[in-house]
Amino acid sequence: MKLAVKALHLVLPGGHRALAGVSLGVARGERVAVIGPSGAGKTSLLRLLGVAHRPSSGSLAIADLDPWALPARALQQLRSRIGMIHQAAPLPPRQRLVTAVLAGRLGAWGLWRGLASLAYPADIAGARTALARLDLAERLFDRCDRLSGGQLQRVGVARVLYQKPDLILADEPVSALDPQLADQTVGELHREARARAVTLVASLHAVDLALKWFPRVVGLRDGAVVFDSPPVRITDAMLHDLYATESQTLPVQGSAPLAHPEPLSRAARRGAQPLCR
Amino acid sequence: MQVGAAAAPRDPALPARVVLAAVVLVLLWPALELTEFDPRKLFETGNLLTMARFLGTFFPMALGADFLGLVLRSALETLALATVGMALAIALAAPLALAVSESLSVSRIGPAPRAWLRRMLRVPVRLLLVVMRSIPEIVWALLFVRAVGLGPAAGILAIAINYAGMLGKVYFEIFEAGDTRPARAVLESGGGRLHAFFYGILPVSLPELVSYTVYRWECAIRASVVMGFVGAGGLGQQMELSMRMLEGGEVATMLVAFFALVMLADAISALLRKGLT
Amino acid sequence: MTAGAFVWRPWAVLGGFALAAGASLAYLGVDFGTLLGRDSVRQMAQFAQGFVPPDTSPEFLERTLAGATETLAISALGTLLAALAGALFALPASGRWGRWLRAPARLGLNVLRSIPELVWAVFMVLAAGLGPFAGCLALAVHTAGVLGRLFAETLENAPPEPARALRDAGAGATLAFLYGTLPVVLPQFTSYALYRWEYNIRMAAVLGFVGAGGLGQMLYVSLSVFKTHEAATLLIAMIAMVSIVDLLSAWLRRFLGRSDA
Repeated sequence: MKLAVKALHLVLPGGHRALAGVSLGVARGERVAVIGPSGAGKTSLLRLLGVAHRPSSGSLAIADLDPWALPARALQQLRSRIGMIHQAAPLPPRQRLVTAVLAGRLGAWGLWRGLASLAYPADIAGARTALARLDLAERLFDRCDRLSGGQLQRVGVARVLYQKPDLILADEPVSALDPQLADQTVGELHREARARAVTLVASLHAVDLALKWFPRVVGLRDGAVVFDSPPVRITDAMLHDLYATESQTLPVQGSAPLAHPEPLSRAARRGAQPLCR
Repeated sequence: MQVGAAAAPRDPALPARVVLAAVVLVLLWPALELTEFDPRKLFETGNLLTMARFLGTFFPMALGADFLGLVLRSALETLALATVGMALAIALAAPLALAVSESLSVSRIGPAPRAWLRRMLRVPVRLLLVVMRSIPEIVWALLFVRAVGLGPAAGILAIAINYAGMLGKVYFEIFEAGDTRPARAVLESGGGRLHAFFYGILPVSLPELVSYTVYRWECAIRASVVMGFVGAGGLGQQMELSMRMLEGGEVATMLVAFFALVMLADAISALLRKGLT
Repeated sequence: MTAGAFVWRPWAVLGGFALAAGASLAYLGVDFGTLLGRDSVRQMAQFAQGFVPPDTSPEFLERTLAGATETLAISALGTLLAALAGALFALPASGRWGRWLRAPARLGLNVLRSIPELVWAVFMVLAAGLGPFAGCLALAVHTAGVLGRLFAETLENAPPEPARALRDAGAGATLAFLYGTLPVVLPQFTSYALYRWEYNIRMAAVLGFVGAGGLGQMLYVSLSVFKTHEAATLLIAMIAMVSIVDLLSAWLRRFLGRSDA
């Protein structure tokens, strides 16, 4: 899926300017890594690319379409072709992995198949295959709240793999994984993008992973593109400039991990009884 | 690409879900039978006409001076009977709670005469309190209406008994939860139980006791209206009469009066409890 | 707080309350002298004596059992219907169907729950005739208001990320809700409903006083003809029913809390 972004600005409620005039073009099947210090705007950029958030100004074209000008149905179809991997996997704690992974294709399935799959999972084999690529096949029927943060992150990746989108957007997809697993997972994303010739844009905190796996690296700092080159042309000096830590603000951009539901509190229980019991 | 076992595993949750569905269906059928569940009854011409006529009489609301006077008097009667009932309930609950209170137990700090008698007394008193509060106040109301006749007296006694049971339990809990050292100090220096109560427990627990009592008073007002439906006086008794005569306008006025009364009680209760705890 | 510090507020409230009680007594004009006097107490004692022993004839026990199961069915079905209706109304009441529907939905729910169950029961007896159906409807309507509001609050506090992520992946609103939000709120919904059932069994027992079936209707009839032995049995049956439902509800809550959603 082709991406074209011109002079993209994003001002968050509260006044913070997350993106200040980002222009970017990504061809179909290209693999791009986005690196930069915390607060650089990596998550914001990915959210705009994923049509999850409207830009404050600037133009955004996905597959030569202006997503925000599309009618609802067409927008929904466009979104089903975009797979977003979040930094904190947005999974309901009590949901089982098989359901969580299969939910990736709800956009393609439609209402009735989605409903039926709630009663009995529609494609257990497919879910297992996706999870197997992330080394989680044996946890297929476990609940999400039985998994560690790193495992949940991998489930989020598996869901997007199952979705088979034309555009994969990964927001720090391996932040909770140890170096070896992180490397394996990024490698899996790389293989997926290569095998199906789909576009992959991933923001990464670990610079070495970006340099290793991606033929194109974009450096982002304070909401603006600092450099945009293949790894061979990126020098240490460039990296140091990018990550210089003086006067750095740290707005929280990603969503916090989901809290586990607590058992009903005393006050909540009283709410269920009538006022005078 | 080959993935381990050839066939996809079956969903292990399936048997449990089937069983659950079966149980629900098996229980649902007799439940529908027992409750004579028949939505068609709602649309039977006889019932529909009655309902339509009744609802039709709701507007205009009965606002004649005589009737409003009656409503005001009934509301005051409800207020009064709830208050007297609560007063009696407190008078009953306090000594009962004292009787079972262990924080005033002399035997705790050393051998005491007839300690075994006190211990044995606790069980039946606690049982009595349980019975008093387990039987719903409206059942008490019905019993007292049969015993002493229609009117607020029955309501007063019903509230007194039922709420004494509730207050007794909570008073006891509050006694035990507070700081028991002052009370023990009095007991150790040879003071009697009542002495220990007034100088040790009461000052510490009084705010919470009063706060809970005021909250219960608010409930008593609501309960008094409901009890009126079985003849225990007040607004409820009048409402029942008007309903039986299908005088919708009168019912509408009284419903408004009921809401106003409840809101007033809520406001007074909130105001009184504000500075307490 | 030490035992020595004197707080005047609770005493003031108590004093005010005593005054109010005195005034109320004067207003009501209830003659407590006669009420708690010798004759009256004797009359009440005689009345109370009529309850012992409770009627244990097999024929009446059978009827009591029938009444008890009818009461149980009223409370269970009423609570179930209320949970379904409440969940449905909670969607607009939590703002998920747009800003304009939120206030009217909340108002509707408030009206449902402000009117006491007994008043609803009288209405339903008019609308559906005497018998357990009226009781079931009354409970369902009132409890729908209660549960609907609780469910709406739960929905409002539910994390929006799972459903949001699914919508961003192209899922429709309904499926995003079912896969993303429902798994999060369903345990709490069920817990609320089961807690409410413990109260509803008590209510179902007494709604019969206005003709809505179950043990309540039987009790009302027995007391009307002063068959106090029967009344005693029915009261015992009521207490037994309440205890059974309390246990069942607690067990179900534990059982569902452990198993998979």
